[in-house]
Amino acid sequence: MEHIRTTKVEQVKLLDRFSTSNKSLTGTLYLTATHLLFIDSHQKETWILHHHIALVEKLALTTSGCQCIRSDPVIQCKNFRTVHFIVPRERDCHDIYNSLLQLSKQAKYEDLYAFSYNPKQNDSERLRGWQLVALAEEYKRMGVPNSNWQLSDANRDYKICETYPRELYVPRIASKPIIVGSSKFRSKGRFPVLSYYHQNKEAAICRCSQPLSGFSARCLEDEHLLQAISKANPANRYMYVMDTRPRHRMQSWWATQKDIGRIIVRISSKIWNDEKIRESDGKKRLNAMANRAAGKGYENEDNYSNIRFQFVGIENIHVMRSSLQKLLEVNGTKGLSVSDFYSGLENAGWLRHIKAVMDAAIFLAKAIMVENASVLVHCSDGWDRTSQVCSLGSLLLDPYYRTIRGFMVLIEKDWISFGHKYSERCGHLDGDPKEVSPVFTQFLECVWHLTEQFPQGFEFNEAFLLQIHEHIHSCQFGNFIGNCQKEREELKLKEKTYSLWPFLLDDQEKYFNPLYSSTSQKLAALEPNTVSFNFKFWRNMYHQFDGTLHPRQSVFNIIMNMNEQNKQLQKDVKDLESQIKQHKNKQTDGVLTKELLNSVRPESPALKTSLCLKEQTLLPVNDALRTIEGSNPADNRYSEYADEFSKAEPAVVSSEYGVARMTC
Amino acid sequence: MEFSELIRTGQAQAELLRGPEMPPLRGTLCVTGHHLLLSPGPQATPDLWLLLLRSVDSIEKRVAGDAGTITLRCKDLRVLQLDIEGVEATLDIARSIEALSSLESVITSFPFFYRPKGLRLGEAWHFHPPERYYKRIARETWSSPLPVPQTRAWRLSEANEDFSLCPSYPRAVIVPRAVDDDALARSARFRQGGRFPVLSYYHAPRGTVLLRSSQPLTGRQKLRCAEDEELLRAVLAEARPGARGFIVDTRSAQAAKQARMTGGGTEAKAAYPGWKRLHRPLERGRPLQESFVRLMEACGDPEQSMDRWLSRLDGCRWLSHVKEALSTACLAAQGMEWEGACILVHGAEGTDSTLLVTSLAQLILDPLSRTMAGFQELIEREWIQAGHPFQLRCAHSAFSHTRPKHEAPIFLLFLDCVWQLGRQFPLSLEFGEGMLLALFDHSYASPFGTFLCNSEKERCLCEVRTRTHSLWSGLNQPKEQRKLRNPLYVPNPLAIWPSVEPQSLRLWQGLFLRWTHPPEPSEVAWEKVWQIATDQKTEGSQPTDSASEPQP
Repeated sequence: MEHIRTTKVEQVKLLDRFSTSNKSLTGTLYLTATHLLFIDSHQKETWILHHHIALVEKLALTTSGCQCIRSDPVIQCKNFRTVHFIVPRERDCHDIYNSLLQLSKQAKYEDLYAFSYNPKQNDSERLRGWQLVALAEEYKRMGVPNSNWQLSDANRDYKICETYPRELYVPRIASKPIIVGSSKFRSKGRFPVLSYYHQNKEAAICRCSQPLSGFSARCLEDEHLLQAISKANPANRYMYVMDTRPRHRMQSWWATQKDIGRIIVRISSKIWNDEKIRESDGKKRLNAMANRAAGKGYENEDNYSNIRFQFVGIENIHVMRSSLQKLLEVNGTKGLSVSDFYSGLENAGWLRHIKAVMDAAIFLAKAIMVENASVLVHCSDGWDRTSQVCSLGSLLLDPYYRTIRGFMVLIEKDWISFGHKYSERCGHLDGDPKEVSPVFTQFLECVWHLTEQFPQGFEFNEAFLLQIHEHIHSCQFGNFIGNCQKEREELKLKEKTYSLWPFLLDDQEKYFNPLYSSTSQKLAALEPNTVSFNFKFWRNMYHQFDGTLHPRQSVFNIIMNMNEQNKQLQKDVKDLESQIKQHKNKQTDGVLTKELLNSVRPESPALKTSLCLKEQTLLPVNDALRTIEGSNPADNRYSEYADEFSKAEPAVVSSEYGVARMTC
Repeated sequence: MEFSELIRTGQAQAELLRGPEMPPLRGTLCVTGHHLLLSPGPQATPDLWLLLLRSVDSIEKRVAGDAGTITLRCKDLRVLQLDIEGVEATLDIARSIEALSSLESVITSFPFFYRPKGLRLGEAWHFHPPERYYKRIARETWSSPLPVPQTRAWRLSEANEDFSLCPSYPRAVIVPRAVDDDALARSARFRQGGRFPVLSYYHAPRGTVLLRSSQPLTGRQKLRCAEDEELLRAVLAEARPGARGFIVDTRSAQAAKQARMTGGGTEAKAAYPGWKRLHRPLERGRPLQESFVRLMEACGDPEQSMDRWLSRLDGCRWLSHVKEALSTACLAAQGMEWEGACILVHGAEGTDSTLLVTSLAQLILDPLSRTMAGFQELIEREWIQAGHPFQLRCAHSAFSHTRPKHEAPIFLLFLDCVWQLGRQFPLSLEFGEGMLLALFDHSYASPFGTFLCNSEKERCLCEVRTRTHSLWSGLNQPKEQRKLRNPLYVPNPLAIWPSVEPQSLRLWQGLFLRWTHPPEPSEVAWEKVWQIATDQKTEGSQPTDSASEPQP
């Protein structure tokens, strides 16, 4: 509170972002400990959470009244809202600007909204909320532990890897020393562990970080662990190692690359030793030994390719950050032309990156579905691109993750528990701006593209994705605070804050997709088409607060209503039928009595239908209101042309027309 | 003329490839006067495959060994491949198709031979759209609360009975009551192609009107025409005392000025008091055709990278044209609805972008034009009868190798704009995407006569209305309805103002990528929407019936 100097400013103007005619709303601005609140003259409230503020700028604005330069705050939010206030008094303006600057960047976790947010739940409700998504159950659902995979207690006290969860699943034949050894060889100790197990194919998605560069010696334990993962899949002799980084960016990691190459060769040779040579005659074996002694004999690893190495080009967090920045610059432009929009979209490269993530996930899903092969995914640290690819791959493979509850589990598993650094990537605290990156936003966008391609494949709708996106930045709930499980435990989030998931479930009818078909066999494993035509700008995300850009009528709402009504009608029909039946039993002549009809009529579905229709369809019609709400020519850009309507006619007719002659 | 002279071969064995999603068909291929037939034999489904030769846009042939391949690119943007046995047969069939698909004669075209079962000749033609529309205006003006003089402001003139005033107008047009037929004749002489200002739409809620015409023939000498000026003055006088008018010129100010060199020009400010000119340049003619061709080139390559696709989408400028057309129409609509002004729209000839603007403005403002019947009437009145030269504009589509002469996809641009409206107001149009696709297909090649010829005069000469079937009778058959209607339609008496920001406009994938990239899952989803919507309607009406049963 010490940052707030002015709590209320009157006569503030809120400028419309896309109107060229400087259309504005006048109202009162309030500054609270958690929110910025603007109430306009129509009593419409605009709440902006301080944590959502990504950037406060002073925009020099030349007002038409006086030609002085002023500095009014322009606020850019992480949920892609942009607001521009004009504050009448320069001093208020300055105060608000400084307060917002302070409030939007908190120095410590304890100052985040979640620690003060109180939704009036008691402790047991809070606890139940946190237990709603239990990962142990999720692994059980996948079918682990089983004969090939087991729960490892190696990281029980976060001794091996601080950024992993306590409970990790590893191949049964991988012993603790192997795990410890492997973790020393991998960046941040993030050794290969199970992310998703495909029960039918007995194939696994595993994840890890990059091998440490400059490691000169080979790491036998890591080789063993990879081998164990490969062997845990009885159906297939080879596995994939997917490096999600683009090849051209690998120059700095070139040494690493060579190490990986060496590992592959070594593992190949090991298995070659173990399996092939054992069966072959001694002479060949002797040859091989001789080759190895001479430093040769490994190069032809393709012959024994039990590991297939795959690069998929997803760019790093810095490229993604600047790509989004470019995208937002383009679509925030006033008076944007179609041409500028598409060339801006192309230059930003955002859709290209989305496609790259999607292609990687499809490769992963195909490796499991078509080839029955297990896949190990990694990037550099294994918490950004790896999370994207593993979670999207699982989403393609398993319809459970496409339900509302399943999607929560997926986020909890591949993002939260495996240590995606939410607080750093979302900039919850005042930290290094270079750590901020829209990695999770990209994941949500990929899911959105899938929902567009498979309108019946998902139980949830776009609003659900937008709501989750809202809350990764809001810090209203504890789920996304902190960077890894260990940190979250230290913050005692489960005691001090609430979980988001029960609140989303309470509202779940808002997030249902009315077209969802849970039984369709075709939609068991999704095979999206990533032809370039399929990728579109996600207007409802990046312009979610720019109402004028959206369709003015919602198909979704009307279908929801229709579905509701259908259900109600079906129920009514059933009720009526049963009543008729009862009556027939009573009265052998089977004629409906007046009494029965009267008793039914107040409930008559026909009446209800007409009522419903009236409510959902139309606004009252009168002379003042002849347009659908929110659809007003003045809100749209063609209104700028209309300025010409109001221009006065020039008083003097130019001489050009003075010489015009009459004909006919 | 005998078609048989052009048919080089009887039949051949061939295999037809219809794109990635459809199984190939094998059978006997045969060319007739109007069709390409493939008969795969009695037990196959379908047992006959037909292609109207008129819908072939371009043809490529290749021979290798003793077989040949013909690639047919159709006007509906489909690409078909025929693998034919025998080199001779291939060349013969290719030559026959080439000759037959490019026949110019109207009266030997297929609509004059098409006699489908269940339809009667002469049915469902809109014989008198201007007359019918005049009746509607009369009704609306009588019932409106406007001052009395306005109610009798317009009359139906038959000055063009014999098409002598304007060959591209219908026989009857709606003009201000204060202007007599002689004055109309003089005004017609002052306008290119005789297209004097006529009423296009009467906006009853505000008592304002939308007019269209062609450019005035001011020429280098800056000529004037008293009757033409009087006509526009009468429009304003009868709308409201002191009413303002806007002339929306669909050319740039510079192009309009240059038109004076060739005898055209624009209305001089001094000569038309109360009217103000606004220039909204819209693309037409060859640049528009090229835009279409380039868009289709981009859509034909599924392998291209994201960047390449976006840059080609930008480069073809199609969506810019959509945006310009929509915003100009919105401007005209806004002038009528919000400024209470009268609007005159014209470009040069007044048969292309002019009609685009006037018809779109009506869709925005007039709820009746958004119904199935109203939309058909709008197309009949504002495109077909208003003299859009369909035969010239739709002679070729995007794949033709011949040099474009008069081709321009203006009508397609209109359909795309309507599609964008439908996307932004998904409940407000009674017709769905299927209707727009059908109109696109039929405007380029059709068994029906509706889009034949360039004007009403030509249609009369060819007796199109009595000797061919109307597309509307074909479309209004009950079996077609599920494809054409919007299951979610709810009548909406309000104006629909679309957003024209680039973020709000989308490429019409259902048309431009219809054959290369069939969106199967979304079709299934649409089927489900239909199901939900119709479920509701049947169930909603069922109990109503039983409840209203007379009591015993």
